[in-house]
Amino acid sequence: MYRYDEFDARFVRERVAQFRDQVGRRLNGSLTEDEFKPLRLKNGVYLQLHAYMLRIAVPYGTLSSRQLRQLALIGERYDRGYGHFTTRQNLQFNWPKLRDIPEILDLLADVEMHCIQTSGNCIRNVTADHFAGVAQDEIEDPRPTAELIRQWSSLHPEFSYLPRKFKIAVTGAEHDRAVIKAHDIGLRLRRHPDTNAISYEVSVGGGLGRTPMIGKVVRDYLPKADLLAYLEAIMRVYNLEGRRDNKYKARVKILVHEIGVEEFKRRVEEEFARLDGPSVNADPAEVARIAAYFAPPAYEVLPTVSRVLEATKAANPTFARWVEVNTAPHKAPGYAALTISLKPIGQAPGDATSEQMRLVADLAEQYSHDELRVTHAQNLVLPHVRQRDLFAVWQRLGEAGLASANVGMITDIISCPGLDYCALATARSIPIAQAIQHRFADAERQRQIGELNIKISGCINACGHHHVGHIGILGLEKRGIESYQITLGGDATENAAIGEILGPGLAAEDVPDAIERIVNVYVETRQANESFIDAVRRLGLGPFKAAFQEVAHAVA
Amino acid sequence: MLLLDRTGTKTDVWTRSEGAAIDNLSHALVDWEALPDALRQKARDQRIGVSVPNHIGIAELKLVLRQLSLVSVAFPAFSDGRGFSLAKLIRNHGFTGTLRASGPLIADQFAYALSCGFDEIELPETSAARQPVEQWLAAASRISHGYQRGYGDNHNILDQRRAARAAAG
Amino acid sequence: MAAAPKRPPLPAILLANDLLDGDVVFASVAATGALAWTRDPALALVAADDAAAARLEAYAGSEFAAQHVVDAYLVDIAIEAGQPVPRHYRERMKTLGPSNRPDLGKQAGDGIAAERRA
Ligand code: HEM
Ligand code: SF4
Repeated sequence: MYRYDEFDARFVRERVAQFRDQVGRRLNGSLTEDEFKPLRLKNGVYLQLHAYMLRIAVPYGTLSSRQLRQLALIGERYDRGYGHFTTRQNLQFNWPKLRDIPEILDLLADVEMHCIQTSGNCIRNVTADHFAGVAQDEIEDPRPTAELIRQWSSLHPEFSYLPRKFKIAVTGAEHDRAVIKAHDIGLRLRRHPDTNAISYEVSVGGGLGRTPMIGKVVRDYLPKADLLAYLEAIMRVYNLEGRRDNKYKARVKILVHEIGVEEFKRRVEEEFARLDGPSVNADPAEVARIAAYFAPPAYEVLPTVSRVLEATKAANPTFARWVEVNTAPHKAPGYAALTISLKPIGQAPGDATSEQMRLVADLAEQYSHDELRVTHAQNLVLPHVRQRDLFAVWQRLGEAGLASANVGMITDIISCPGLDYCALATARSIPIAQAIQHRFADAERQRQIGELNIKISGCINACGHHHVGHIGILGLEKRGIESYQITLGGDATENAAIGEILGPGLAAEDVPDAIERIVNVYVETRQANESFIDAVRRLGLGPFKAAFQEVAHAVA
Repeated sequence: MLLLDRTGTKTDVWTRSEGAAIDNLSHALVDWEALPDALRQKARDQRIGVSVPNHIGIAELKLVLRQLSLVSVAFPAFSDGRGFSLAKLIRNHGFTGTLRASGPLIADQFAYALSCGFDEIELPETSAARQPVEQWLAAASRISHGYQRGYGDNHNILDQRRAARAAAG
Repeated sequence: MAAAPKRPPLPAILLANDLLDGDVVFASVAATGALAWTRDPALALVAADDAAAARLEAYAGSEFAAQHVVDAYLVDIAIEAGQPVPRHYRERMKTLGPSNRPDLGKQAGDGIAAERRA
């Protein structure tokens, strides 16, 4: 994991002092609310319905045990004993008081954390593959790149007052677990076919919100050394040319769409050619310095298959099922990357109590080289668990209600906070997630359905990624009541796709029925080993629409 | 209007001229539209500055930079950050005269403005009344070092790390 | 935002968030007869006519300017069981708390019990 040096430490401390001073100037009238708002947002402070909200950056989703314990402490001391892990790999507290936030920031700085640029019209917290460094399909660990970008983008003098927010995601694997195509910039590490040199494929102009778009490739092979200069060129073009007349058209995706990807690329390349790369880029020694922090831990030499694991699995089918569903293959023989589901049936997706955080921190310390990850699907990961330790981990998780075997399944729902918390919401999303979870709670039924991603947003802003859910649910307001629009066929992976609307909006209580009908069409018509999304691709919307209409008609 | 730079308030030596009527002003500040005329009339010892909107194209502006002693970039709102990129472009094109940011910026942007190449800020009274110059000076030095190379001096964190590595051998 | 949004149909109450705490607060009448903020929606002053609504709007403006509250606006209500209840479900949420956590927010007495004691 990256560790702060003296410069990083001072930077974050000074940032805390700066925010404290900004709050003071808001209270004494030096800053108006309109002036203060972007400043607080750039420090992760939102005003929600019931209270302020504080969004804490978990850079590229990586945390140490000590950091997670500190978050647990903050949750207890300044909040209501729980936090919410988000689709952007961050953590949100829902009840902090503005007067306490400088103190909270101090506590974060104590463990090398901050809230810098977790909101506002700036370059946001950089996200990455949650299996970075351990995935078998990885070409290079994306975290050194993400850390370099984190530093470069922090309080950037030129790019802190952009037309709109700007999100960058990085993956180093074949399989995209970081939804890079739905980001303003998506970076994919890959080898050049001729030179074999590791370089970046650069996509620009992805995004969700009210105009969802899939990112377009502007560079196939950007040499690694040129990263910062190339990013500077993109950001400069966007900062100067991005629309500022309409907030809903201000993202870079709209600029790319309006002038065309070729013209956008031409402008970026022109600026890139003109600026003095060597004076902008990080020198190789700096890149190496950062990369060294992400060296793999000292793994034990273990057989590929653990006998202990196989024996415990044979003796305990529930455990075996959990291993099958919640673990992913690991680079090191005898190890597994374990996903801890924060989606127990009937809980708010992504919520964890301070006690649960402490338990996970303990387990990470004892069994996972003191490291854990936050996934964009709002779960946690212990990235380096010896297979033979899985049983012990499972038992301890079970005691805390965290042993749900549903990762990637229909009850592993992504959900934004929706109207239960969010001031922008048009409808609730958490109760919808809970109702669907209850409907499909049966483990055997979930197993039969297999991989299926449901994603729910409480308004068109799409924080819950509904556009890229296999089944997406969007909460809207229709004639004074909550109404839910269902989309089908979205995909968040390297085959990124935006889902299509199935029909008219439904009342909240009809949503589980509609989902059930859609799922039944799949179960009845699938071919051998065909996943839900593959079936949707093969069959098209037709049969699903027909089943959906039955519910829609019953309602109307 | 309050004019300030990294050392504090300063008096404005520039006079805004009506259109291109620069007469015998020693420091004449003209609008972009009037600039060609003003440059034609310019006497040898006269200094010309120009006010530009933040959406002006650098392709046009760069053609006249060598004849200018001051470029004043308008900030229609503090949240409109185009001026920061424009300043950077103007500097990247070799402009060595005075760069001014003009508009309702906030003190917290002072360090950014300086790093992007601005020398001074021209602030409307309404902002200046709320944000006295002491707040600007304090804000300018609140974060001692940034991470970005190529913005101002070489005291950025990356260059300092590099220097430390070099010193360590 | 300082500019007051359009006035909703009456009767209405004024709600806002406390600047320092973030809590939802309602304009009510203090013992002195002056307007004051309360965390208890049941105590919100109901404006039934234009004059009363204008008084609440003026209070919203001055309290915003005085750095006491943010996001102050009028909300149309119905009287249910003798208490003002916002007509729109979004605003009802603000008088209650998250529906998935009945143990939190005003529905659980957050901030209200202390006020009643005081
Ligand atoms: C309470 C607070 C929140 C507010 C006010 C908020 C606001 C917004 C807005 C306005 C957008 C649309 C941006 C655009 O289209 O330009 C957006 C998008 C997004 N937000 Fe949130 N959000 C909140 C919470 C969250 C949470 C909890 C998550 C994670 C679960 C999240 C993650 C995202 C993501 C992933 C997107 C869509 C991707 C994109 O940027 O296009 N936000 N948010
Ligand atoms: S999608 Fe809408 S309701 Fe959900 S968190 Fe984002 S802004 Fe709020």
